[in-house]
Amino acid sequence: MKQMNLLLAACATFVTSPLLAETITVNAGADAQERLQTAFIDAKPGDIVAIGAGRFELTDGLSLAVDKVTVIGAGASNTILSFKGQKGAGEGLLVTSDDVILKGFAVEDSRGDGIKSKGADRIVYHQLRVEWTGGPKETNGAYGIYPVESTDVLIDGVTVKGASDAGIYVGQSRNIIVRNSVAMFNVAGIEIENCYGADVYLNTAMRNTGGILVFDLPNLPQMGGHDVRIFSNRIERNDTPNFAPKGNIVAGVPVGTGVMVMANRNVHVFGNAVGENSTGNVLIVGFPRPFNDATYNPLPRDVIVSANMHGRAGWAPQLTGGRAAPPMPPGVSFPILWDGAGTNINVRESAANVLSLGLWTDGKLTGNMNPAPVDLSTGTGVTAPSPVVLPAAMEAAVK
Amino acid sequence: MIRTFAVLLLWLALVSTGPASVVNDQLIMSDSLPAKLSEFGLILGNGRAVTAGTPYALNTPLFSDYAEKFRFAYVPKGKTVAAGSGGVAQFPIGSVLVKSFGFPADFRKPNDNVRIIETRLLIHRTNGWVALPYVWDVDGRDATLKRAGARVDVSWIHSDGKPRAISYAVPNVNQCKDCHALSGVMTPIGPKPRNLTKASLTSFGIAQPYPLPVWNDPKTGSLNDRARAYLDVNCAHCHNRAGAASNSGLFLSYEEPIGPATGILKGPVAAGRGSGGFDHDVEPGHPEKSIMTFRMASLDPGIAMPESGRASAHDEGNALISQWIREMK
Repeated sequence: MKQMNLLLAACATFVTSPLLAETITVNAGADAQERLQTAFIDAKPGDIVAIGAGRFELTDGLSLAVDKVTVIGAGASNTILSFKGQKGAGEGLLVTSDDVILKGFAVEDSRGDGIKSKGADRIVYHQLRVEWTGGPKETNGAYGIYPVESTDVLIDGVTVKGASDAGIYVGQSRNIIVRNSVAMFNVAGIEIENCYGADVYLNTAMRNTGGILVFDLPNLPQMGGHDVRIFSNRIERNDTPNFAPKGNIVAGVPVGTGVMVMANRNVHVFGNAVGENSTGNVLIVGFPRPFNDATYNPLPRDVIVSANMHGRAGWAPQLTGGRAAPPMPPGVSFPILWDGAGTNINVRESAANVLSLGLWTDGKLTGNMNPAPVDLSTGTGVTAPSPVVLPAAMEAAVK
Repeated sequence: MIRTFAVLLLWLALVSTGPASVVNDQLIMSDSLPAKLSEFGLILGNGRAVTAGTPYALNTPLFSDYAEKFRFAYVPKGKTVAAGSGGVAQFPIGSVLVKSFGFPADFRKPNDNVRIIETRLLIHRTNGWVALPYVWDVDGRDATLKRAGARVDVSWIHSDGKPRAISYAVPNVNQCKDCHALSGVMTPIGPKPRNLTKASLTSFGIAQPYPLPVWNDPKTGSLNDRARAYLDVNCAHCHNRAGAASNSGLFLSYEEPIGPATGILKGPVAAGRGSGGFDHDVEPGHPEKSIMTFRMASLDPGIAMPESGRASAHDEGNALISQWIREMK
């Protein structure tokens, strides 16, 4: 009987593990589009698609729809997928399957987004580079790395430059880690939008318009973003003038923003090195536009800012879109700006001065600015969300 | 509409005169992906002559760069089509939906010198629907499977007498899925009973819950209904709650109540430069300030909607949507 059980167990293992995991190698050269896309179609679960060193000149978007495939290049500076001549598709690479690992290659100059993954659970983005090589331009694509509608997302060791919206953008997802990554010269460096449970740490967000954003927007399938921790990041000198196309929510991010929290619940910003941000190191605001959605909460709630190391900030603050700057008391600058929206906004930093803009009254945006220093050091204690834990296989993929 | 019908008649004539051939049901039901279209025995040369099957046409078709489309459904002997649930006709296992795309040399003579570019098969196998794109060989005798898609240079004289040239995109099989998948399951999107012409309904022997209007025939529906039908057929396969654009919050199915979800005063989410600098998808009264019309008119891959299968703007379709927005209160 025991032997029988063992035999059954062996059979079960045999059936569930990939039988013959293959490596499909694609090298640079003619017909790169067809050969790469064919590899992504032919790959079976468990397979590796190995992309060789060199430049791949692509004419259309690429897509992967097979579960459990690893796509690995010869390094983010060696394997370059160039979409300069792209004629179609909304992104460079689109992933729509689960358990995919993307590692060691670069996507350059895609016409729309760089790499998008939709409904792709347990995706790992590791040691990638997404870049618009002409520098910050309104004609660049919107997002560099763009997972959406996914559960368990790991972004580790990526570099994104030049996105006309957000370099690293995670939308409508759950259980997310963004770490060890670099975002520069984007409108938003890193943006967590309409997400439940995200840890963003050990990243560098420099020379964007805004460094790290935590947003929630109305009229979307997943709303009510909450449980986000932004810690141990370097968020400095975000001084690139906003180049986002108008209409997009990030077009309202003032140049010189370190961290911006908009309409979320239970957001903890702590232990970051934040400085040289001309509008402010941390901005806490409500959703400022008219909306038609009874289920949406436009206010920030339970936002805790503590133990950050503040460099110079707030010497030339701009309001959304640079409309107007609040009159500042002479000789005083405020590293933290609050528009007056929301409940339990708690700043536990002795050195920090908070300026309230007083734009909101009783949960409504009045638009009448009434700037005044405010003491937010007292508030209700809120338990920080526990650290995001991802499936062990995802962590193993980046070891 | 009349033109399409004429082409269809011509095509039927070819059917009846074509040599007999046997449809390879075994191949249809197998897992194999034959390299040549002829192996199925469904089509004889030039993409238009069929050996078996029921031609059908739609009230409001998807715009594909002005390509003329020739559609037929092959249903195995002894099986029937049912009206189905969820708006999609139910084709039995073993069925194949066959759609060929072609361009006449001169759109003022749409029946002459039609060059067939590609034929797409949607095959109902035991494990579900499978999409296979075939590109016609230069000699026009057979078509070759191109799972990774292809680009074909196409030129023609347009209905205004002016020459046009595009890089026509044949979709890869993943792009087929992008439009045909609902919650990840492949499904036909064309032959919905409500969008089948009366003649097609009769051929299939199925009933219609209600007809979708013909987008460019005011006798068949109000401006609003025709615009909504156009958006349903051209956008809603992705822009629905289980589709590829579920995250956008923009849902354009015919049944969706008018409101923020259909774009009215809805801000862009992940549009990037697709916003065109405008605040809302649909700004009532102002097509010139609406993201929807901006993206439908654009040819830039980072802006254009739909994202695939469109290298030209659909001037007439865009005029309809513009008028719909302009007259909106």
